[in-house]
Amino acid sequence: MLLSVDHVTHYTYDRPVRGVVQSHRLTPSRFDGQRVVDWGVTVTGGVMGGTFRDGAGDVVQSWTVAGPVTEISVHVKGQVETRDLAGVLKGHRESVPPLAYLRHTAATQPDPAIADLARLYTPNDALGGAHALSAAVSDAIAYAPGATHGATTAAQALALGMGVCQDHAQVLIAAARVAGLPARYVSGYLQANADGAPHEAAHAWAELCVQGFGWIGFDPANRCCPDARYIRLGSGLDATDAAPIRGISRAAGSTGAASENLSVTVAIAAQEQ
Amino acid sequence: MTSYFNEMYQAGGLRAPYRGLEPWAADMPADKRRAKQAEAEALFRRIGITFAVYGEGGDPDRLIPFDMFPRVFTGGEWAKLERGIKQRARALNAFLVDVYARGEIVRAGRIPAELVYKNAAYEKAVVGIIPPKGVYSHIVGVDIVRTGPTDFYVLEDNCRTPSGVSYMLESREMMMRMFPDLFRENRIEPIDSYPDKLRRTLASVAPPKCKGAPTVVILTPGHFNSAYYEHSFLADLMGVELVEGQDLFVDGEFCYMRTTEGPKRVDVIYRRLDDEFLDPLCFNPASMLGVAGLMDVYRSGGVAICSAPGAGVADDKAVYTYVPEMVRFYLGEEPILSNVPTWKCADQDDLNYVSEHLADLVVKEVHGSGGYGMLVGPKSTRAEVEEFRARILANPANYIAQPTLALSTTPTFVDEGIAPRHVDLRPYCLVGEKIELVPGGLTRVALREGSLVVNSSQGGGVKDTWVLVD
Repeated sequence: MLLSVDHVTHYTYDRPVRGVVQSHRLTPSRFDGQRVVDWGVTVTGGVMGGTFRDGAGDVVQSWTVAGPVTEISVHVKGQVETRDLAGVLKGHRESVPPLAYLRHTAATQPDPAIADLARLYTPNDALGGAHALSAAVSDAIAYAPGATHGATTAAQALALGMGVCQDHAQVLIAAARVAGLPARYVSGYLQANADGAPHEAAHAWAELCVQGFGWIGFDPANRCCPDARYIRLGSGLDATDAAPIRGISRAAGSTGAASENLSVTVAIAAQEQ
Repeated sequence: MTSYFNEMYQAGGLRAPYRGLEPWAADMPADKRRAKQAEAEALFRRIGITFAVYGEGGDPDRLIPFDMFPRVFTGGEWAKLERGIKQRARALNAFLVDVYARGEIVRAGRIPAELVYKNAAYEKAVVGIIPPKGVYSHIVGVDIVRTGPTDFYVLEDNCRTPSGVSYMLESREMMMRMFPDLFRENRIEPIDSYPDKLRRTLASVAPPKCKGAPTVVILTPGHFNSAYYEHSFLADLMGVELVEGQDLFVDGEFCYMRTTEGPKRVDVIYRRLDDEFLDPLCFNPASMLGVAGLMDVYRSGGVAICSAPGAGVADDKAVYTYVPEMVRFYLGEEPILSNVPTWKCADQDDLNYVSEHLADLVVKEVHGSGGYGMLVGPKSTRAEVEEFRARILANPANYIAQPTLALSTTPTFVDEGIAPRHVDLRPYCLVGEKIELVPGGLTRVALREGSLVVNSSQGGGVKDTWVLVD
């Protein structure tokens, strides 16, 4: 499938900031399931900093914007040819050992409810067990935008029984790690309108490292594994660690940070081929 | 009754290295001793050296007690220590480069994968990074204890930011000021080249993108940090800028410091803050101490960070038990310095042994430091031992145990005159283009009678450490 992405993140500050520094994971991963046709990231007034592929295989690119500025835009635009590999991250070059993805973070710290969930995992059938975990997370958390926020932890989301894709992914990761399965958070895009029309499409899911298969994506928010409608950007231990954009602005003067307003529009569409 | 090796007096009489100190000590009546001690304290206060060694916290304005009785090594003893320490520093750095690359030592089954990769100090953000000159730890502080005439053991390695070197330098300075005659009568190796060697070591690991003479800075968490004195002391002696996170910023591919003449590019950062606080865009997003974007600059070759982020995995006390194995694996040599035999409570057999012999052992947390969170079995009450047993059983992997070592003693000035007190040693090995160390280190002394804990938070003091020219 040929997917086109047009993703704009617009930051406005209530007073001029002295500068902005951002670290981006906004380049599609290189693996057998996707191939970049063309891709570009621009930052208004920005200077591109160091670019490198990290040990997890993600392209990391930093940007700085010299102030004073009151707004900046990050614009991602491109086309990716995708292929359905049933979630298997085949042909992805990375060197971080899967064992490094067994540690908990503040956002994925398990509680007894998460430990209960983890008991659904069946070690003698690793793949079946991974699917069972993912299905259980889908059942446990109803899709409810606004019920949670960016800093909601896995334990909190599970207790609430509601959330968005970030919560589904973090709960699945937390449970998988308790079960001894290396697990990570993946950020990317999802083309979810069957008619191919543009729509909101920033998305997140989880990858579990399953014996005999390697990393496999699971999207409990949509009860499926990533297929040709997904574009994978990068991964991390949790949502913060895997964020496509991590940034900070320096307020002018020393009277604290300027308050920041963020608006995001993502359009993703399937092209006629 | 355990017998301890007294470094000055043995059954055979006075040991040779202390020969020059016997008449000096004999000529130290109580009033003179008290006057000199007061003089030393006044000097230390005036220069402001009032921090807790090794980041142990505590009262920041408290002086670490200084004991005037020097601790002495022969040139021959030191030569062996020096070779052993350098060997260890090379092996530890080879290990760090390896576990962030292919992990050959893990693949070869010489160290358990879980111990390395599940370790909280293993930093996935630097996987694949080979720092300039292949050095992760540029200053390796190796803690050594002595138990006999030729018996030395390494207690632990400090690969991140070992502190206390200012005490090594100031103790010498103090002794030379107060007892200049001692330094004429004895042939003592100088240590005052340390700051210059440190500066050259740091400059030698400038990143590939640095052209010309590298700019080196020391990055401190700030004046509220317990080791701030040492940070400013070293910056001063090296002639480099002391900066805080807010003095640095990232622009494009490089890191700069603000100066009165405008931004100046920084090539090498000797950081005295932990990985977690280095860069809010890579590690702890709430950190106000670091520099936003620094890790991207580092990982794309625009700046060197010393010690390199991720070096802490070699400091883990369970990883420590494999250092002799690292020496064999990477260097193809036999370790010159021995480890203290260590039981890992994560292993069931070891745990059983530890549990049965708890009252005879020293138990430490794998990530602990500063003498906190440890049990010294023979010095503890039965209730304390039982309380600690519960903690170990609740989380065995968090603990290691070692035999209670018979730490050597050296003569020390106490209220009643001169008495033996237990000591350890921390030399500072510099690793850059070359591996070198100045002859000496920081001797810590347990000032309480019978105490084996030399940490300043537990009543420890410091001494000048001499290496004699043989």
